[in-house]
Amino acid sequence: MKLLAVERLRVAIGGTPILRDVSFALGPGETLGLIGESGSGKSMAALAVMGLLPDRAEAAGRALLDGRDLLARTEAELCAIRGRDVGMIFQEPMTALNPLQTIGAQVAETVRVHGAASRGEAARVARASLDRVGLAAFPLGRYPHELSGGQRQRVCIAMAIALRPRLLIADEPTTALDVTTQAAILDLLRRLVAEDGMGLMLITHDLAVVAEMADRIAVMTEGKVVEAGGAREVLRGMRHPYTRALIAASAPRSRRLPRIARTPRLEVEGVTRDYPGPRRGLLGREPPVRAVRNVSFTLHAGESLGLVGESGCGKSTLTRAILGLDPIQGGRIALDGHEVRAGGHMPAAVRARMQAVFQDPYGSFDPRWRVARLLAEPFHLVEDAPRGADRARAVAEALEAVGLSAADAGKYPHEFSGGQRQRLAIARALIIRPKLIILDEAVSALDVQVRAQVLDLLDRLSTRLGLSYLFITHDLNVVRAVADRVMVMKAGEIVETGPTARVFEAPQHPYTSELLAAAPVLEMTA
Amino acid sequence: MLAYALRRLLSLAASLAVASVVVFAAIEIVPGDPAAYMLGMNASPEAVAALRAQLGLDAGPVERYADWAAGMLRGDFGVSYTYRTPVAGMVADRLWVSLPLAVYALALSTLIALPVGVWAASRRGAAVDAGVMGATQLGVAVPNFWFAMLLVLVFAVNLRWFSAGGFPGWSEGVRAGLKALTLPAIALALPQASILARVMRSALIETLGDDYVRTARAKGLTRGQALRRHALRNALIPVLTILGLQFSFLLAGAIIIENVFFLPGLGRLVFQAIAARDLIVVESVVMLLVFAVILVTFAVDLAYAAVDPRLRRRH
Amino acid sequence: MTRNLRIGAALAGAFALAALASFVWTPYDVAALDIAARLQPPSATHWFGTDHFGRDVFSMILVGARVSLAVALVAVGIGMGLGVPLGLAAAATRGSMLDEAIMRGNDLVFAFPALLIAILITAALGPSALNAIIAIGVFNIPVFARLTRGAALSLWSRDFVLAARVAGKGRARISAEHILPNLSSLLIVQGTIQFSLGILAEAGLSYVGLGAQPPTPSWGRMLAEAQTMIAFAPWLALFPGLAIVATVLGLNLMGDGLRDALDPRIRRARA
Repeated sequence: MKLLAVERLRVAIGGTPILRDVSFALGPGETLGLIGESGSGKSMAALAVMGLLPDRAEAAGRALLDGRDLLARTEAELCAIRGRDVGMIFQEPMTALNPLQTIGAQVAETVRVHGAASRGEAARVARASLDRVGLAAFPLGRYPHELSGGQRQRVCIAMAIALRPRLLIADEPTTALDVTTQAAILDLLRRLVAEDGMGLMLITHDLAVVAEMADRIAVMTEGKVVEAGGAREVLRGMRHPYTRALIAASAPRSRRLPRIARTPRLEVEGVTRDYPGPRRGLLGREPPVRAVRNVSFTLHAGESLGLVGESGCGKSTLTRAILGLDPIQGGRIALDGHEVRAGGHMPAAVRARMQAVFQDPYGSFDPRWRVARLLAEPFHLVEDAPRGADRARAVAEALEAVGLSAADAGKYPHEFSGGQRQRLAIARALIIRPKLIILDEAVSALDVQVRAQVLDLLDRLSTRLGLSYLFITHDLNVVRAVADRVMVMKAGEIVETGPTARVFEAPQHPYTSELLAAAPVLEMTA
Repeated sequence: MLAYALRRLLSLAASLAVASVVVFAAIEIVPGDPAAYMLGMNASPEAVAALRAQLGLDAGPVERYADWAAGMLRGDFGVSYTYRTPVAGMVADRLWVSLPLAVYALALSTLIALPVGVWAASRRGAAVDAGVMGATQLGVAVPNFWFAMLLVLVFAVNLRWFSAGGFPGWSEGVRAGLKALTLPAIALALPQASILARVMRSALIETLGDDYVRTARAKGLTRGQALRRHALRNALIPVLTILGLQFSFLLAGAIIIENVFFLPGLGRLVFQAIAARDLIVVESVVMLLVFAVILVTFAVDLAYAAVDPRLRRRH
Repeated sequence: MTRNLRIGAALAGAFALAALASFVWTPYDVAALDIAARLQPPSATHWFGTDHFGRDVFSMILVGARVSLAVALVAVGIGMGLGVPLGLAAAATRGSMLDEAIMRGNDLVFAFPALLIAILITAALGPSALNAIIAIGVFNIPVFARLTRGAALSLWSRDFVLAARVAGKGRARISAEHILPNLSSLLIVQGTIQFSLGILAEAGLSYVGLGAQPPTPSWGRMLAEAQTMIAFAPWLALFPGLAIVATVLGLNLMGDGLRDALDPRIRRARA
C-alpha cells in the first residue's frame, strides 16, 4: 500500500480554484519530488495534506495516509497526526523558530505535545534528535538567533523527525540557503530517509535538486499535475511540453562567444572596506570587520565578468563600493580611467558610465511613480537631458529594447510581474547608454523559465549595444550561462579568477571545487 | 546582561540630569518675583529685597541650579515659599495618595485589557471581536475627567455606594483608603484599558501570522496551544512598550482626576503651587514625576532584556 | 470607502461644519446672559438646556467646537511641520551626530508626561488658547519625528532608493522625491490620531482653567463649571462631554478607515 496517495485533490479559496484534480502517490521509504514554479500550487498541496490550509479554503478529494483519508479527519485527530506520523519543514529557516525559546525546548515540545514523555525524557529525545541532524556541538540552551540559517533549518528538521514520523514533507527547504549549505541539508535528508525508512515529499522549483534526490516526480503548473511517474522516466521521456520547457530552462547553456577586448573598462586595485565592529562592554567597540580585503581585478570593454560567492562573502559590499555608494578604506577604483569615489565627489559624467540592476524586483521601484518617471530617473546624471517628447521617445525605445511595449510607460510597477519588472530595471539601466552595467543577483528572485528569458535578453543587448557586465550571483548555473570570465569570492577575498569554462572544468582553489561539488547538476541522460 | 543594564542606567542618569536642567530653566523664565508675591502688594521694597536675599534668589542661575541639584541628591527639596515647611515632607504625604492611585489604575487596566485583547484576537472577525473593537473605540474617546464626573453622578450621588470625593487617609484603614480611590482609579483606567486592549489584540494578530506559529501547528499543537505558548509571549513585547508609555499618561491623568475627586495628591499640590507661584514646590513635583517616568522606562528596558534573549549578550 | 471611514468622516465633518457655521450664526448669542432663563433642562426652545447664567448650551457647544478644533488642528500642524523634517533628516543622516541629537531630544520630551508639559507651559506663560496650542504642539513634534524616522529608515534600505543613489541623487532630494511621498499615508493616519488626542488634551487643559479663557466658551471649561451642579443639572455636564466623545470618536474612526483605504496592499488588490 502506498504511504501517501493524493487523489483528485481540489482546493479553492474564496471561490477561486487553486488546485485542480491533483493526484500523486508516494511509497514508504520513497522520495517524491513535487516540482513547479511559484504559483503552481505545490505548497498548497502540502498544506492540504497537513490540514493547515488557510481558514477560507475549501478542500475536496482524498489524501490517504496509509489508507486513511486525512481530509476526513477532525482537527483533534489531525493534531495527533501532525508531528507524530507526518512532519513538515518550511522554506524560511530564519523565521521558522520562536526567538524567545531555546532550541532544546522547541524540539522537546514535539515530544511533549504528543504526550509521549516526561520532561526529562523529552529532553533526552531532543538531545538525540539534535545529534542526529548534526548539531551535537550545540547545547539545548541555545537560542535561535545564535544559529545560522543552515543550522536553524537543521533544528527544524530535528523537530520534525523527533518522533520518527513515517512521512516528512519538505517545502522548499533549501531555497533560502547557500549552495554548500544546501548540499549539506539535502545530504542530511537523504541519510535520515535511509536510516528511518521515512517517505520524503520534497517540494522545490529546482529540477537539479529533484533529479539528484527523487525516486518519483510530479510536475505541477497552474494548480494541475501535468506529469507524474518515476524520476528517470519523467526526465528522460519529457512528454509534457511544460516539462520540456522546464528542463530546457534549467540546463546551463553557454552560447556566448568569449570576447577578447583589451581596453580596460573598470579597474579595481587593492580595495579594502571595513565596517565598525559591534559594541562591546560599556563603552568600547570590537575591532572593525574587514568585509573586503585587497581585491583587485580588471573588467574589459565588451566583457561579461561573473563574481560568484555565497552570502556574507562581501560581494554586495564590493558592489556598493564600485558603484561609488560607499567609501573604501584602501585601494583605488577607476572607471574608464576616472576615479570612483563615494560621497558626492564623483562627477555626474563619470557616474553616467555605469548603471545597476538589483535583486528585488518588488523593491526596485518606487510604488508611487509611474514607469515613465521611473525609467527616466537616470537622466539626472546627464547634462542636456531630453525633455517632453524627446524624453517620452527615449523611454519608449528603452521599453521596446527589453521586450515590453511603449504603452507600458503610463502604468505603475505593481501592474507588472516579477520578470517584467526586471526587464523594466534593465530598461532603466540602459536608458542613458552606460558602458557598464552591474547586475547584483539580478535573476536570483525569478522563476526558472523567466530567468532564462531575462538572461537571453541580456545576452542580446550586450551584443547589440557593446555593453560590459559585472554579474554578481551565488548561482553557478547562471554564471555558466552568462559570463566570459569568472571570479570566485570567499570571506572578502578573490580566491580564483579565470575563463568560465576553465574554472568550471579545472578549478584550482579548493573552495571553488567545494562550490562546484555542492551545486546540484541536472544530468541530461537523453 | 550586566553591560546592557549598566548602559541603560547610565542613560537614565544622563536623562535625569538633562531633564533637571530643562525644568530649572523653564521655571526660571516664569515672570513674577516670588518674594514680592509672598509678601503681598503693599510690602516695602526693602522687605522684598531682604526676603529675596534670605531665599537665596539673588545668586546667579548656575549657582542656584547647582545648589538645587545638590540638595535634591541629598533628599533636601528645599522649603516651600507659601507653607514654609520642607517640600520633601509635603511631597511624601501626597505621594502616599498619588502612587497607590496610579498603581491601582494600572492594575485595573492591565487585568481587564490583556485578557480582553487576547480574547478578541483569538476570535478575530467574530461578533466578540467587533464588540471589543467598538467598546475600545468608545473607551479611548472618553475624557477621563468627564467619565469621572459620570461615575460620581451614578455611584455616589444616585446609588450612594461611594463618596463623591475626598480621602480619609490611610490611618482609617486600608479598606477605607482603597474605597476612596476606587472611582478615581476606574476613571483613570478606562482609556488606558481601551488602548492596551487594542494594542494587545493587534500585536497578537500580528504574531499569530508569524512563521514559528505555523511550525508549531505542524508539530501537532492545537490552535490554542500555539497561541498561548508561542504567539502570546512574542506579542507581549510591543505590549510592554505601550505599558511603559502609558505610565506617563497615567501620571498626567491622575493630576486632573485628583481635581475631580478632591484627592490630596501630587496633582492638587502642583496646581495650588502654580497658583501661588510657589516655584520650589512646582520644581520638585515635576522632577519627581519625570524621575518616575524615566525609572519606568528603565524598568521596561530591563524587562525587554529579561523576556527577549536577543537583547542579552551572547556567551 | 469602508464603513468606518464613512461614519467617522460624517461625525468629524459635522463638528467641523458646526464650528464653521458658528461664525455666522448660532441659535442664541452666547455672550448674552439671561438670568431669568437659567438652569432650564432641555426643551423645544433650548435643545440642550441652559446654564447657570441662562446661556443656551447648544449654542455654547457650537462655539466651543471652534476652540477645540482650532487648537488641535494648529497643534498637529506644528507637530508635523517641525517633526516630519526632523525625522527625515535623522533618517537620511543615520548614525550621525544630528541623528543622535534628534533621538536624544525626542527621548527627553517623552520623559515629561505630555499633560504635565502642557500644564507647565500654560502656567508659566499664562493661560490662553495660544499657549495651549504651543503646549500641545510641542508634544506632537517628537511623536511625528519618531514615527517619520522609523518609517523612513526602513524605506532607505529599499532597492529603489539605491537606484536613485546610483542615478546620482543626493539625500535631500531622495527624502523629498521618494521617502516623503511614501510616508504620506502613514502621516495622514497619525495626523488624525494626533488631532483627536489634541482635542482631548485641550479639553483637559480647559477643564483645569489653563486653556481658552472666558468669555470664549470651551468644552472643557463648560465641564468644570458643570461639576458642582451635576446633581441637579446633569445636562450641563452631559452634552459637552458627549460632544467631545463624538468628535474624538469620529476622528479615530476616520483614522482607522483611512489606514485601511490607504494600505497599499489593499490598493493593489483593487487596482
